[in-house]
Order: sequence, then structure tokens, then C-alpha cells
Amino acid sequence: MGHTIRQIFRSGKFVVGFTILMSVLLVLVVYPWWVPDPPLQILGQGTFFPPGIYVSAYDASNAPVLYTLNLRDAADKRIESRLSQEDRLAMQEWLVADGLPESAIDLADTDALLALWEEHYEPDRRLPGMTFARMRYYQRVDAGLDSLRSAGGGEILAARNPETGELEETGMVKLTDYANISQVANVRILPLGTDNFGRDVLTQLVAATGVSLLIGFVAGLIATAIGLTLGLLAGYIGGWVDDIIMFFTNLFTVIPTFVLLILISFSIGQDQRGAITIAVVIGFTSWVWTTRSVRSQVFSLRNRDHVNLSKLSGHSLPRIIVADILPYIASYVVMALILQISSGILAEAGLSILGLGPRTTEVPTLGLMMNWAMIYQAHVLGNWWAYLPVLLTIALISFSMNLMNTGLDQVFNPALRD
Amino acid sequence: MATDKKLCLSGRGVTKVFGIGRQKLTAVDHVDFDFHEGEIISIVGESGSGKTTLAKMLLGLISSSEGEIYFQGQKRDIRSGRKRQEYWKNIQAIFQDPFSAYNTFHKIDTVLLDCIRMRGGKHLPQARKVELMEEACGFVNLKYAELTHKYPFELSGGQMQRLMIARIFLLKPKILVADEPTSMIDACSRATILDYLMKLRDETGMTLIFITHDIGLAYYVSDTVYIMERGRFVEHGSADSVILRPREPYTRRLISDVPKIHEPWDLSTVVFA
Repeated sequence: MGHTIRQIFRSGKFVVGFTILMSVLLVLVVYPWWVPDPPLQILGQGTFFPPGIYVSAYDASNAPVLYTLNLRDAADKRIESRLSQEDRLAMQEWLVADGLPESAIDLADTDALLALWEEHYEPDRRLPGMTFARMRYYQRVDAGLDSLRSAGGGEILAARNPETGELEETGMVKLTDYANISQVANVRILPLGTDNFGRDVLTQLVAATGVSLLIGFVAGLIATAIGLTLGLLAGYIGGWVDDIIMFFTNLFTVIPTFVLLILISFSIGQDQRGAITIAVVIGFTSWVWTTRSVRSQVFSLRNRDHVNLSKLSGHSLPRIIVADILPYIASYVVMALILQISSGILAEAGLSILGLGPRTTEVPTLGLMMNWAMIYQAHVLGNWWAYLPVLLTIALISFSMNLMNTGLDQVFNPALRD
Repeated sequence: MATDKKLCLSGRGVTKVFGIGRQKLTAVDHVDFDFHEGEIISIVGESGSGKTTLAKMLLGLISSSEGEIYFQGQKRDIRSGRKRQEYWKNIQAIFQDPFSAYNTFHKIDTVLLDCIRMRGGKHLPQARKVELMEEACGFVNLKYAELTHKYPFELSGGQMQRLMIARIFLLKPKILVADEPTSMIDACSRATILDYLMKLRDETGMTLIFITHDIGLAYYVSDTVYIMERGRFVEHGSADSVILRPREPYTRRLISDVPKIHEPWDLSTVVFA
């Protein structure tokens, strides 16, 4: 046993796969210490906030100390960040309509663009074919630029007096005022932004990975247990036992498993479908190929001399199956289990995408996250953070498990040993 | 020939058919035989002639398609697991390939302890069990102290086959089926194995059914010889009568195939098939 394990860990592929899987598990354990929020808590008002560090604007302007930094390019950066590409194109359009050649305008050079704008723009002029709304838009852009340039001193902070209802000055934020981020009371890092409900995607992803792994594990264990038991009985006893078991196995082989899974899930009903229920359903529909392959393995084993010797030594049937057959297919069964876990995770994702996964109110799963992202059109809106990390996680888990399997295959299959 | 002795194992019309339809293969085809107590019987034939299939039917490891096997004059009944276990107390086997005959997950101790348990020694004190195992290993010139806690695959082929004989020594069955016990062993160990087998047979007086493709070996060990060709017994009788006065061309061919070291090879008789 110890020897076998040492051999397994000498296989590079297995070690890589195992390390990936263990890292995923480590993250599952460690992450909740760092962010203890419940995964389905709604943080954001609005959908799909992009990934980033969110600093409370209120706390930043009211930080205990504001530092004065005179940075040379601060003003330019400010204007650049306010002036979107859309605005720049609109400005170019105006200038071209005003008679400037298009080649003379460099959109990337903010200073030059602003100089040209200053020179040519007249707020009250209506170019031929321009709608009133478009005119108002140009006025807004221009007013925005003016206020950015004229706010030399900064902006006044004001609060409404509860008694008089008048605005009263409470402070002043100058353009050169800076808050140290470590002194800002509320900063929230959302490494993967928020989803359509305004929930932290990363926290959700970590919880979902755990639940999906659990579903895969339970489904894999059930499928392997059923498949192994039936395969051993059919293969070893043979005769009418084999006939009956193979009758049901063939029946299940002919019915597409996924269709069966959909029908069962659907008939259970959304309210009854917990994560474990789904796992059990997946387990009970995916034992077929384990049965078939275990049976054929046992078939080739049952007439081996060591089994005959065990019979001649007066061992009972259960004992022969457990002691003389099972150890010889154990490596195969472990490999089948790993594959079953991996395909259980994929089956859950498939079911959930169709809206037949676990109920949505308790725990997230990888499939449910994909489902939500799909329903709220994250892929159309370009909100990659809502689905891409989920896809990568599924791929990573599947990949690591298949890699472990290939490694095990190399150790146990003499024909593949190098 | 020991015709006055009691019948130990006999068969009438014993047949084994594998597969169905076009794939049908008759491995053993209506064979009759009478094996007497204390005899050494050789069943000789080429590869694929059905020797091993017959041996497995005698052992009750596979069922026969047709015909009856009689054990000690009674129709053999091994339909239930309990009856089979009772039958296997009387008949044991040594297999051809020692390398595949042991469960590689079990230590050698387990193999020998199984035999003690089968002889009803399950509740013997540990010291007595060890004593029995030492005696059995000593019989085939193995050292128990060196074998204990070892796995079968750590032994050589010859040692494994000797251990198999030690197993029979512990079990003391009435009948032993030895299915080509020396064919996978190197020539030097071969004689040793045969010697231990004969010594064991002499001590216990058991019936020995010796299955081989080597008619020379059969002549060397046996009282009675059965010649098997394509699932049928074509000739049988005392070793002397069959080998010195063969009636069948098949038997003559088997005899001529035995290499004679002291004579130069006559290449004209060698058939390159």
C-alpha cells in the first residue's frame, strides 16, 4: 500500500493534478477567514460592478488627515479620465464640421484637442443637420470641461442644516488634497466585481466551488458504489444474476443519461431540489458505465488461478469478491471514482444552466452562477467577470482530476509505463 | 495396474462446450475415465487438447456441459457452496503458473493459515499453527522464518511451486490434480518439484492426477496414462503398455517428440509445421 502510494506520487502528472486540486481546497478553507460574508449577501445596488478596489467617496473626503500633494500631471489625468473616447469622437465631429481637416486632430493628445476645442467651439451655434439634443450634449461636454478647468480652488463640501433646510459649508476639498487609502474607513476590494444581483462574485465563486465539489463527490461516490456493487456481482456470479443486472444496465445505457437527469430533476420540483438531492440524482443516473467496465474487469479476473486457489481454500463468495477480486480492480475503481466526481461537477453545471439545478436561495453552485450570468446576459454585455472565472474554475477542477487520472493510469497500466 | 483398488474418481460422458452457435468449441468431448485410489494417473496431450478444462471440471471449478462425475462411487453433488467446500477438502490442485496462482495482496502466511483453517485448525493456539507451518515448509526445504511476512511475488518460481506443495502437505487431500506443475519452472528446479511431489504422494498415499504435455515425464511418474487428443481420450492403460506398445499414431508422435540428448538429431524426422 505504502509502496503504491509512493509510486503514485512519483508520477509527475498525478502530482500536478493533485497540487491543483489541493490548492483549490486550500482556498476554500482559507478564503472564508479573510472574507466572512455570506456568499449570497447583496452588496451592490445595481448590476455587474466591474472588478476593482472600491473606496468610499464619503470616507475619502472626510478622512482624518488630507495630505497636499502637488503632482504635475494631476489636472491632465483628471480631464483625461473625465473625457471619454465617445466625447472625444464627438468633439472631432464638431471640429471637422467646422472646417478643420480630420488629419489635423489627434484624439490621443488631450492638450491639443482642448486647445482646438477652445478655439473653435461656439455653444450657440447649430451646425447643419444637428438635432437639438445633440446641441445640448455638446453644451454639457463643454460645461464639464469648463468646470474642471475653473475649479482651481477645489470643491466646497456642504450639508443641509436640519433646522433651516439651508446648505451650509462643512469643508473644502482642494484639487491637491489626497487621502491615504489606509486611513479611509471603508474600502472594499471586489477582485471579480459583482454579479447581476450585486453580490461579490469571488466570495460566491469560492462557496460555489465548495458546493459543486461536494455535489461531485457525493454523486461520484453513489455512482461508483452502485456501479462497483452491480459490476462485481454481475461479473463474478454471472448466470442469471448477470442477465438481470445487464438488462437494467443496458436499459439505462440506451436512455440518454442527461435526458433522464433532466426529467428527474424537473419532476422533483424547484423547492425540493437541494444540492445534495441533485447530487443523489446525478449519482443514480451515472453508474452505468462503471458497472459495465467493472463487470468486464471482473470477468477476466474470475477465472484466474489465484481466485481458483481461494475457492479451493474454502473461502466464501463474499470473501473471494472482497479479498481476491476487489484489490485487483481497486486502482481502476479509484480512477473511475475520480472521473465520476469530475463528470458529476459537469453534470450539475449542465443541469443548473438549464435552470434545473439546486434551488437558488440557499447556496451558490458553479452551474447556478453560470445560469445567473446567462439569464442576465453577462456575455452579451461584456461582463466577463460574471462567467469567465466560473468557467475557468470548472475547467481547472476537471483538468486537475483528469490529470490525476492520467497519472494513475501510467502507474497502474503497465503498457503505459515509461 | 491397480484394478482391485477402490474407485476414487470416475466419469461417464463428461463434456465441456464453450460458446454457442458458430463459436461453439467442444473442449472436452464425452470422455470416460476411472481413477483408482492411490494411483498416479497421467493425462497427456498437446496444448489445447482439453487437459486443463478436464482438470477444472474434476476440481469442480467449472461445471460440465454433459455427463456425470462420480466421487468415491457416488454421483458428485457440488451444487451448494457448503457441499463444494466439503468436496474441496478431498480434492486439491497445483496450478501451472505459480506466478499467477497467488493473491499478490496476501502474505505467504495467509496462504498457509488458510490451509490450517480448512483442516479445522482455526482455533489452534498460535504456537501450534506456526509449528504446522514450519513443518510444511520444512517438507519442501523452505525456511518458514524467512518466508513469514513476505509476499509471494518476492519468491522465485521454484520456491512458489514448492510452497504450493507445502500447502498440499497441510491440506492432505485424497486427490491431487497437478496441472503441468513443472512446465513454468526452469529445468533444474523441475526435478526438485517432482521429487517433492512424489515424496508427498508416497507419504500420504493420495491419488495423483498428473497433467502434462511431456509423455516422457508421464512415463517417469505414473501408473496409468490417458492420452488426450482434441478433447477425447484416444488411448489409456498402464504406463508401460501405452508407452512401450502405443496403438495410436498420435501417441507415437507424442513419444517421438521427446528429445533424446544422447542421440544425434535426425533432421529428416523433424517436421517444421
